[in-house]
Amino acid sequence: MRYLVSVIFDKAGLATPEEDAAIDVFNERLVAEGHWVFAGGLGAPTTATVIDNRGGEAMFTDGPFLESKEFLAGFWIIEAADLDVALKLAAEGSKACNRKVEVRPFL
Amino acid sequence: MNRVDVREAITRAHQGEWARVVAALTRRFGDLDIAEEAAAEAFATAVEHWPADGVPPNPGGWLTTTAGRKAIDRIRRENKRDGKHKEAQMVYDDPPEPVGPIDDERLRLIFTCCHPALAMPTRVALTLRMVGGLTVPEIARAFLVQEAAMGQRITRAKAKIKTARIPYRVPSGQDLPARVSGVLAVLFLVFNEGYLATGPDTDPVRHDLTAEAIRLTRLIRALMPQDGEVAGLLALMLLTEARRTARVSGSGELVALDEQDRGAWDATLIAEGHRLVRERLAAGVAPGRYQILAAINAVHTSARDLRDTDWSQVLALYDQLVRLDPSPIIALNRAIAVAEIDGPEVALAAVDRLEDALAGYHAYHATRADLLRRLGRSQESRAAYDKAIGLAGNTAETAYLTRRRDQLG
Repeated sequence: MRYLVSVIFDKAGLATPEEDAAIDVFNERLVAEGHWVFAGGLGAPTTATVIDNRGGEAMFTDGPFLESKEFLAGFWIIEAADLDVALKLAAEGSKACNRKVEVRPFL
Repeated sequence: MNRVDVREAITRAHQGEWARVVAALTRRFGDLDIAEEAAAEAFATAVEHWPADGVPPNPGGWLTTTAGRKAIDRIRRENKRDGKHKEAQMVYDDPPEPVGPIDDERLRLIFTCCHPALAMPTRVALTLRMVGGLTVPEIARAFLVQEAAMGQRITRAKAKIKTARIPYRVPSGQDLPARVSGVLAVLFLVFNEGYLATGPDTDPVRHDLTAEAIRLTRLIRALMPQDGEVAGLLALMLLTEARRTARVSGSGELVALDEQDRGAWDATLIAEGHRLVRERLAAGVAPGRYQILAAINAVHTSARDLRDTDWSQVLALYDQLVRLDPSPIIALNRAIAVAEIDGPEVALAAVDRLEDALAGYHAYHATRADLLRRLGRSQESRAAYDKAIGLAGNTAETAYLTRRRDQLG
């Protein structure tokens, strides 16, 4: 079972060196315990481009699809047996990166 | 067997077996939705057949078997529609997994319904439906929610449990205490909604809800007899429920503790509650908040009248509770005991310190009003009663507060 753990943040700026170090430790643990699938940090919402190619010609729109105070700052994709395991890992991930996270199952 | 006996047998089976049937089917088919629907169909079949065929010797077994067949029928129907004959065959051919004691199955069900990833109102609704066996319209009525909205809430919860894979198991070791307290919070919420029902057109006490909360807490107590907080919550509910009839007057007004007819209290419930409190005291384990609240209620229900109440014992218990849970509501209740020992002036000073936290809570203003009244500060008391009346949601409480205000000189 795979889960997307989205990192939610509301300010510009990157992780501090301390946060980066804690994230590294957490990632190593994910790998060691077989939970690791993929993870990454994302550029600010202002760097996003929305594409709509449903109408025959691709339309490009500058900016994120949703203007909101909080945005997706990064994510983990983890492998976990069930939601209890995923929630525990997400709680540790939240502590490591010092931000809120959201857990959603892949179908 | 006459029709009344059959109807009683069905009611008994529903109360005793519903959770068992749903739990066993959820385990077997790994799907709450299938389990719930099949259980409901099995009970409908019982209503249809038992009057003519008689009540089977083992109603629980009959219901589980019948529900199992209904579930397989549904799975086959759906698989035929989806063209998945093979899977249906697998489910049908698989003998049910050998399971541990069936009671564990019900615990799994309870912990799944009260999972922390579900919103509190959802946990309450799901527990009442899956474990309590209440129908969606019954639950909707209980919480003054539209039936369609309540149905949707339960459907969404089942879908989340399935899609996000909320596990069907009893949490282990270190997670257990927090998860048990989550379950107890759900049951306490159901009880309180019954005990202090809100809404202008609602009965002041909803016996259906208090009874259901007690029934479910008894079930958990039977499944987890070693858990002190489960015993504490059951004792707290019993000692509160024991005073139910004395708490509301014939004219629908709340009767405060000092004016209650103690002879009208339910002696059987009180005796059972006291037994549980003594059992926890004898266990010699540091009590949690429900056990302390139960002990406070045991002191009140041991007294012949208000003056006979061992207030120093009540205050000592509140002090213990404050250390565990320093919430302003506990501090407010503690102040009521302080008033009996140190007088209303000391108590009022303690209550006034809670204003920032509790200015929107009717009981804060009601407590102030009463203390001000006792201090002869009628004008301030009246203003406090006005605020309390404006904020109170329970019809009996509003009637009581209005009378007390109007009695001010």
